[in-house]
Formats: sequence, C-alpha cells, structure tokens
Amino acid sequence: MSANPDRNQPSGEALTPQRIIRFDLVQRVAHWANAVLFGILMLTALPLYFSSVESLVGRHLLIAEIHLWAGLVLPVPLVVSLLGPWGARMRRDIRRISRWTKDEVRWLWRAGWKAPRITDKFNPGQKINAIFVAGAMVVMLGTGLILKWFNVVPVDWRQGATFVHEVLAFAIFIVVIGHIGFAVTHRDALRAMVRGWVPETWARKHAPGWLEEEREAEALRTTKTVRSVESRAAATAGSRGDLP
Amino acid sequence: MTESSPVPLEQPVRVGRRVFLGMVGLGAVGIVAGAAVQRRLADVLGSGLGRLLPGGDNFQIYSVTNTFPLIRPDRYRLEVTGLVERPLTLTLADLEAMPSTQLVKTFQCVTGWQVPDVHWEGVKLSDVLDAARVKPGAVALSFTSYDGTDTESLTLDQARRPDVIVAYRMLGGPITTEHGGPVRLYVAPMFGYKSLKWLSAIRVVDRVEPGFWEQSGYPVNGWLDGSTGPTDTTSG
Repeated sequence: MSANPDRNQPSGEALTPQRIIRFDLVQRVAHWANAVLFGILMLTALPLYFSSVESLVGRHLLIAEIHLWAGLVLPVPLVVSLLGPWGARMRRDIRRISRWTKDEVRWLWRAGWKAPRITDKFNPGQKINAIFVAGAMVVMLGTGLILKWFNVVPVDWRQGATFVHEVLAFAIFIVVIGHIGFAVTHRDALRAMVRGWVPETWARKHAPGWLEEEREAEALRTTKTVRSVESRAAATAGSRGDLP
Repeated sequence: MTESSPVPLEQPVRVGRRVFLGMVGLGAVGIVAGAAVQRRLADVLGSGLGRLLPGGDNFQIYSVTNTFPLIRPDRYRLEVTGLVERPLTLTLADLEAMPSTQLVKTFQCVTGWQVPDVHWEGVKLSDVLDAARVKPGAVALSFTSYDGTDTESLTLDQARRPDVIVAYRMLGGPITTEHGGPVRLYVAPMFGYKSLKWLSAIRVVDRVEPGFWEQSGYPVNGWLDGSTGPTDTTSG
C-alpha cells in the first residue's frame, strides 16, 4: 500500500494541485447565514427609518419584531463557527485578518494604488471589510438592545444610542453595497465563497504567499501521514507490547 | 524606526484588534455623548441641514396596525362621552371654531429619537372637557384611535394642563395621515407614545385604564423628565 495519499482526488475538501481550498464548509455556511441576516436587517430597517417606505408597507410591529429577532440571532453563525473543533480554519483566518504587515497598512492608505504587492490570502480591503463588519455587529447589537430595552438607561443615552445606531446603519449600507459590488465584479472571489475553492492559477496570481503556506501545510500533513502510517506498520510488525 | 533589517520579519500590526476595539469604543462614547453631539450639530448647522443628518430630526412613524386609517377631514368626528353632562360629537370645523393654542416643542420619543421645534396648533383639551361639562367623580380619560387598536389614558389633572391639546395642525399645515391626522392628541410634557394619533373618542371615566403601549410595559405616566408619578417633578 502506498504511503502517499491520492493527490488527484477530484472532489471533496482535500487539497489537489488544481484546486486550493479557500473557505471550508463551516466558513461558507457562516458567511451566507450572516449575509442573510444582514439582508433581513437592512430590508426591515428601511421602513423603520424612512416614513415614506413605512407608509407603503405598514405592518410596523411585525417588521420591528423581525428586525429585533434577526438582530438577536446575528452573532450566532459567527460565534458557532469560531468555537468548537470545526472552527480551526475560521480561527486561523481571523488571526490572519487581525495581523497586518506594514506593507498592508501602506496598501490600505493608498487604496491599493501604486502600493506594495500583497501576497496574503486576503487583501487589506477584504480584511478591513471583515473587521468593520465585526465591529459594526457589536455596536449595532449594543445600541439596538438599548433601543429595545430603553428603560434601563437615561433618556440622553437612548438618544445617543439612536444616533449611533442610525449613523452606523448608513455606513453599513455603504460597506455592504461596496462588498456586493466587488463580489459581482470579481467572480473568482465570489465563486470561492460559493464552492469553497479557487484554481491554483488564481491563487498563484492573487495570493502567492498564501499558496506557499498551503503547500507547506500540505507537505507537513503528508509527512505526518507517512510517519503515522510507518509507525502503525512498525507496531503491527513488532511483537505485541514491544514498543520501539 | 529602522527598516534596515535584511530579513522581512517585521512585527505584525494588530490592525484588526485596534479597529475593532476602536469601533466598539466609539460606539460607547456615542451612546453617552451622542445626544450632546447632536444638539451641538443642530446649533451649528441649524435645523435645515440637521434634517440631512441621520438621527437629526426625522420623525419615525409608528402605527400599531397594518395600515394608516384614512379619514376625510369633512367626515372626521370626535366623540366625547362617559362621565359628562353633555356628550359631544365634534367635527373638525367645530374644533377649528374653538379658541386655538399654539405650541412649539421638541417631540421626544421614549426610545430616544427626537424632533426639535415642532409646531403644533389645536384646542386645549381642558376647553373640550369644559364644553362637555365633566361630572363629579370623574378621575381619568380614555382615548381611542381610528386605527381601532391604539388607546391612551390621562388623569383629569394631566388632561387639564395648558400644554395638552387636541391638535389639528402640525409642522405648519394640516396634520397628515401618517402623523395621525386630521386630528390627534398632543401631550407636550410626555413622551411621544402618549400623543395618540387619529383621535376618535374621549371617554371620561372613574379610573385610569392603561393604554396600548402601557400594556406592553411603557410607563402610564410618561413624563419627559422620567418621573412616573401622576404629576411630574417639574410642575408644581
């Protein structure tokens, strides 16, 4: 029996020379669940904020209730995908998103124009989007809780919470519309979030540093597999209880 | 800082943590100081530009039913019944014929949003009560709305304040349907939910009957200063 795993496996989440896993199933489910919740929150926000829309759709209490519940559920996909043994890749990407090289900071200041070449899995624009969404979720949830259970804070704070909730909502609309705009104009990136992998050629062009990392990690896994296969073989061959 | 290191092993900058914590911190500051910032912005920019700012001075329209009741002004009727010697049915013209009161006040919602300098015009509720001649033993008023669901209450003492009116003009014109027109209540010293929209009937009763929002936990006495007794702490 060969010690090498089959490197030409056509499907599944195994690494193959042609397909590089970018987002595993946990990450994709978390992303799209988050996207659906954001969509519900943004759609229901329109009649709650604009009286012209409210007068068209009515049903204020129902819409407010949907908005409230979608908001309360919002952290669930992200939190569940991060915790637990299934969240290894998610956690690794969060670390990747948080830590920036100085080149990446420079890239962001110049909005990618005449900027240092970026080789990581995500470009600084994608990273800042993710960080913004995380911060926005916490602030919107906090201010939203105050708007709902307002009795516990003074009137001035309720007004401040309303102000923050509304200003940040405007920013979220801009960022989310931008995010969708980038997704539909960069089909390869969008496809990666749908089917989970990118072609190796894409990775080599857009994220060579990350591709290198994945290759090294794969090599490491292969070595481990070889070692474990070898040691298992040795254990079977040797006399029982006799450890090397 | 030197960049002479031959190996590009630079210390990563924790941008994620910084931006994330920065946003959360700004949010917290905004909650505590947002009201003051908004007031200052309104002072600097005036109410004209303030309207463009989110949270500046937009009314957020609430209706407790699925649609707004559409009432033709010439078909409008206000019933005054209960513990009165002379039950009334008033038309919009009847109300307009009575002495009018004008108020310019900040409209304050209990959830935090407000609209400064809203102009109101209407009839003092106490004038309407005097016209119907309240019987002894009456304690409170129950209001019902043309939407068929919303109700409100006031004690007789609250209702007799000069800044509690049956309003038929607002923001310089007839009250629009979405703002509760053609006729609504405006209870200036209390949070917005006390100012019942699409006012259809006033019943004089012998005890306070908590209204729609009070049944979902809002204070029955929704004074703007936060006091919850039958009289506010600022009025003598």
